[in-house]
Amino acid sequence: MYGENDQLKNDWHVVCPMEVLASGQVRETALMGQAIYVRRLSDNQATVTESETGRELPVQIKYNFIWACLGTPERDIVHIPEAFEDDRIIVAGGSFGVKASGLRVVENFLDMGHFPFVHTGWLGEEPHTEVAPYEANVTDDDEILATECYFYQPTASPTAEGGIMVEYVYRVYRPYMVALYKTNPTFDGRKDYIVLFIQPVGPEECVAHTYLCYLDDGMGPDKLRWFMQLIFAQDKPILENQLPHKLPLSPRAETPIRADKVAILYRRWLHDHNISYGAIPISAQEEKLYAY
Amino acid sequence: MHIDLSQWHPIASSDDLPLRHVYQGQLYGRELAAWRADDNFVNVWENRCLHRGVRLSIGLNEGRELRCLYHGWRYANGTAGCTYIPAHPADAPARTICNNTYKAIEAHGLIWSSVDPTEDFTAPDVLEGRESLALRPIPVSAAPDLALKHALTYRFTSNGSTAENTASDAKNGSYVMLTHDGDHMLLFVQPIDADRSVLRGILIDPKGDQMALLRHHNTGLSALRDVIEADAATLEAPAPIEVSYSQVDADLATMPARAKSGPKAELRVKVSQKSLTSNGVMSFRLESLKGQLPTVQPGAHIDVHMPNGMSRQYSLTNGPGEPDHYTIGVKLEPDSRGGSECMHNAVQVGDILAISAPRANFPLRRDATHTILVAGGIGITPMLAMAQALKAQDLPFQLHYFAQSEEHLSFRPILDDLGENLNTHLGLSPDETGAALRETLASYAYANHLYICGPGPMLEATRTIADEQGWPEESVHFEYFKNTKIIDDSSTFEVALARSALTLQVPAGKSILEVLQENGLETPSSCEQGACGTCLATVIEGEPDHQDVYLSDGEKASNTKILTCVSRSKSKRLVLDI
Repeated sequence: MYGENDQLKNDWHVVCPMEVLASGQVRETALMGQAIYVRRLSDNQATVTESETGRELPVQIKYNFIWACLGTPERDIVHIPEAFEDDRIIVAGGSFGVKASGLRVVENFLDMGHFPFVHTGWLGEEPHTEVAPYEANVTDDDEILATECYFYQPTASPTAEGGIMVEYVYRVYRPYMVALYKTNPTFDGRKDYIVLFIQPVGPEECVAHTYLCYLDDGMGPDKLRWFMQLIFAQDKPILENQLPHKLPLSPRAETPIRADKVAILYRRWLHDHNISYGAIPISAQEEKLYAY
Repeated sequence: MHIDLSQWHPIASSDDLPLRHVYQGQLYGRELAAWRADDNFVNVWENRCLHRGVRLSIGLNEGRELRCLYHGWRYANGTAGCTYIPAHPADAPARTICNNTYKAIEAHGLIWSSVDPTEDFTAPDVLEGRESLALRPIPVSAAPDLALKHALTYRFTSNGSTAENTASDAKNGSYVMLTHDGDHMLLFVQPIDADRSVLRGILIDPKGDQMALLRHHNTGLSALRDVIEADAATLEAPAPIEVSYSQVDADLATMPARAKSGPKAELRVKVSQKSLTSNGVMSFRLESLKGQLPTVQPGAHIDVHMPNGMSRQYSLTNGPGEPDHYTIGVKLEPDSRGGSECMHNAVQVGDILAISAPRANFPLRRDATHTILVAGGIGITPMLAMAQALKAQDLPFQLHYFAQSEEHLSFRPILDDLGENLNTHLGLSPDETGAALRETLASYAYANHLYICGPGPMLEATRTIADEQGWPEESVHFEYFKNTKIIDDSSTFEVALARSALTLQVPAGKSILEVLQENGLETPSSCEQGACGTCLATVIEGEPDHQDVYLSDGEKASNTKILTCVSRSKSKRLVLDI
């Protein structure tokens, strides 16, 4: 079932936020096409079992999410220092089902160009549409990092008053895990942090679990969740109207521009890691043309 | 299933394409975005934006262009060529960014299209010269072949009374003709997918009340649907058609190939209109001899090759969504070296001219909070294209047009449409012009942009005034008609071409461009006098000796760009990214 996607099979994936389950409650969901039961136990524990076989999967509770692994875990869940900083409000911002590949969701998360058109009045506004050149690289830790990303935003956060030039840093940790660091106008030098733990339900279906570590400027968790849900609800119809629903890795499948530098790098990185779940791989004969 | 991709099929009713709507259709598993432009042209495109695959059927039909909802990319009516990418407002999109289109025809109340036609659309002979009424389409969850088989059983009379004795005749695998008492009805089956179809009927010479007829056949065809679907339920459902998406051009995915050398003449056009548009300015409407003309971006120019062997550059005045022609304005120069004289006197309606595809070297940003366009004399031509683009998008702008007199205002119909966005300044002396410009450019605000095209002295004056009044250089864009500087080509130096791994000597009396071309490097060029920007190259190392009028002072000082047709090197060696 997993084909060459052993890396994904052996990775940890979020399958449910802890707080949506009462003690003893069971939820059925799926991970990479495999139906699973997620059960919350008393004393802050959980179990995840394959629906068909009853096989129990490795489970961890971290960041108040339930994580499971279909195979044998080869590396631990990513460490997020921001989640342990005392002066942040730390909340699950909502889990959003999307009828599209999770890789499309990652790519959309890395994209600034759509702000004025999809998040009009919030994260962008015409005529300020320019995506200035930025840096995008693969780090020594084999993550993707995009830096010096600047964009004009009319309402950058739930408590923003007036437009500001926002600086972003984007970080892809794993194929289905992506985060951003974003200017908070009231805290010099420190940034708000949002991470998406994307659960690959199927190759063309996912749940994006959002986790927010915001610097506490007094806005409270409700407003934060409201803002995340507003923004994601604007993205969802776009994501579900992308054809094909899987992310094509061929450089000739779609038309990249300079603003898509990090997306181009992401596709190449997925290709280099042989990730095909949720992707349309490059054909063998096209491989030799693969030179950006 | 019987699949003939060359066949034409009805894919929508004419009523499905009302003003400013985008309709989602489907043929053989391929999704279609169908939209009617304000000029009534019906576009049928592959239903995905080539940038990120978002369905164009959720895009915005702006009348002349279709805008993708995701990143605001704009695609032209007719050609489907991309005219604007908001993320890079200062750049003209590559000419080759073009959505995939299907041929389409509107006839007999239906929109017809074909995946891969080998012939032009022809309606069934029986429709020739007859009245017709397109019936309400009936979607059916069944294979097209099965739907067609049952379509033969449909009973019909011309007046909607109880039908008997209908003769039916299957036609070329995609429709049936039903005949009763000398009257005809055609029933088409649109293949949506392997297991889905749409019944589309046409009544010929309908008699009586149209609403009653539509209602009657809606009932009749709905009953037919039930029969077809009941039959389909007894059969195994066929697998859906696998659709693969075509790839984009290799040069969009990789390093762009350099264009061929020299001024280009890849298009042939016919002069379909020639008229004096103002005192001394002749306008020419050029129409394609074959196929569609490439998409125009505001500010673009073409090379026109004249019967006398000369070539000249002219800006296109086209507004958005005018895919069927190019319009240029040519001023008769009193000291014409033969170019404008030839255009005015020798070129006639009906003549064939060779032209280049449009080059967008003077692109219009559309991320300005306010745009000021300043035109002097014949410099109005690119400004007309820009003004119409801004007007169509409802973006704030003012066009200031300086001319000798009322009689010297060209292209009046376009000017009249600009309404309050137009300010004319007539018969001003140079001093008065300066004063008017100072007033026009009195206040600069963030994200304002200024575009200037006109005679050299006026252009210089405008740039100076803008600079004095606080306009940053990157907000001031200009296009000279010609480079009047005397080119000093006495220097000798070495040019190293980084990508081609070649080192060439440029002797006195020869331009870099000429040396490149002599050595077989394909280098595009157009005006070859340092005005149009076509031969622009990137400088990796060395100090250029700029002699052009295309680059701004800041660009020149940065030493990163060079126009190879006139500029040279101050350093002994120049390394170019060629």
